Amino acid sequence: MGRVIRESGAVVSRRHLFFRECVRLGIDSLPLVLIVGAFTGAVSGWQGHYQLEGYLPFDLIGPATFKAIVLELGPVLTALIIAGRVSASIAAELGSMKVTEQIDALESMAISSTRYLAVPRIAAMTFMMPILVAQANFVALMGAAFVLTMILNLTSTQFWGLIPNFFYIYDVFSGLLKAFFFGLSSSMIGCYIGFRTTGGAEGVGAATITAFVWSCLAILILDFLLAMMLF
Amino acid sequence: MIEVSNLHKDFGLKQVLRGVDLKINTGESLTIIGQSGCGKSVLLKHLVGLLEPDKGTVFVDGEAITGAPRKQVYQIRKKFGVLFQSAALFDSMTVEENVGLGLFEHTAMTPGERAKRVADCLEMVSLNGTQKLKPAELSGGMKKRVGLARAIALNPQYILYDEPTTGLDPITADSINDLIIHLNEELHVTTIVVTHDMVSAFKISDRIVMLHLGTVIFSGTPSETKSTSVEMVRRFIEGEAEDKSVVTHY
Repeated sequence: MGRVIRESGAVVSRRHLFFRECVRLGIDSLPLVLIVGAFTGAVSGWQGHYQLEGYLPFDLIGPATFKAIVLELGPVLTALIIAGRVSASIAAELGSMKVTEQIDALESMAISSTRYLAVPRIAAMTFMMPILVAQANFVALMGAAFVLTMILNLTSTQFWGLIPNFFYIYDVFSGLLKAFFFGLSSSMIGCYIGFRTTGGAEGVGAATITAFVWSCLAILILDFLLAMMLF
Repeated sequence: MIEVSNLHKDFGLKQVLRGVDLKINTGESLTIIGQSGCGKSVLLKHLVGLLEPDKGTVFVDGEAITGAPRKQVYQIRKKFGVLFQSAALFDSMTVEENVGLGLFEHTAMTPGERAKRVADCLEMVSLNGTQKLKPAELSGGMKKRVGLARAIALNPQYILYDEPTTGLDPITADSINDLIIHLNEELHVTTIVVTHDMVSAFKISDRIVMLHLGTVIFSGTPSETKSTSVEMVRRFIEGEAEDKSVVTHY
């Protein structure tokens, strides 16, 4: 962690690596994130309808779905999916480099492996995660609107009408702040486990699984801690 | 000159190096031999600061690389070129990017100058024209040559070779030996080779040292090595197992 912070200047001096990782880890994850977002929104709408039916007016379903998506479902589900895709792939990639001596080769050339391999990945994931979550939130909201208006026959006004009344920018900001920390933690875990991989192909496999499991745990624990701090 | 003094290294309960003392003179071609697992590669990694010893020191041109701050370690490492056992080429990069990475990171060369230097290095290992290939498209011998081109790109003072001929057919292995001799003479570098290939050791070395049970048990010229009475060295050269009953048992 200390070395990553000390060598974080590499984001600027080696920005081509940072942009490459933004594309590889972030933009390439977009289709998956959008699918997750759409179905998260669809399920939220459907469940919201089921829970409110007969108890509360359907006018509240829009704000309830919006809050659930922006504060919790969007950031957490997106981060969990990204942990599976990105944290595990970082661990596998760096782990494979470690066991084939590529990291030793880099170090022997007086190139810091932290600066060259870890910093761009961590910076890219920390930067891209809030962007991915924002897009997932938007698609999720559209998914919920689609299910509620097209399948469950609510009117557009019933869904959208009260959302402005319950819209607080702080909620959106809080969700994106969570995403920032989820991106930071899952990419750091991927790098840390990747750099410590030993034992050939079996070790790489184990590192991949470990990175995924620890990233998911970190996301859930951080989610709770941030919820306590933010709300 | 590299000086290794009382180097100790354990991995868990396994004592790998138990007090290695070794001097490597400038311009010398030194080969370190020893049985598999005796710590040859571990010793090599200590020379370039990739491993920290439990005890002892490695001096490179009078500067201690062991225990030095990272910045100083990186400065010292710039004097080295290392060819790893598996060549350790970066899979995601082309041959040109592999060879040019050090130049990109440590010099202010323009892309054109870099391309010229990469071509020169590849020419030295007879692989010019392979710039756009990926490591997966290369044979084992070609990978070692590209690894060597990468090792010499920054004009190092010391070139370290970890098992340069392992896994290669005898003819390709011999061409790598010729290349090591050629680079040693042409670039006037200090060459340190770790191997258990005695054909290679006799061909390329000015001096051969043997590592056994974590210490240096023999040091001599190739002709002294051939005529030594040190039993372990003699058996190693002749490829004799310690206990013949082990062979008959199987």
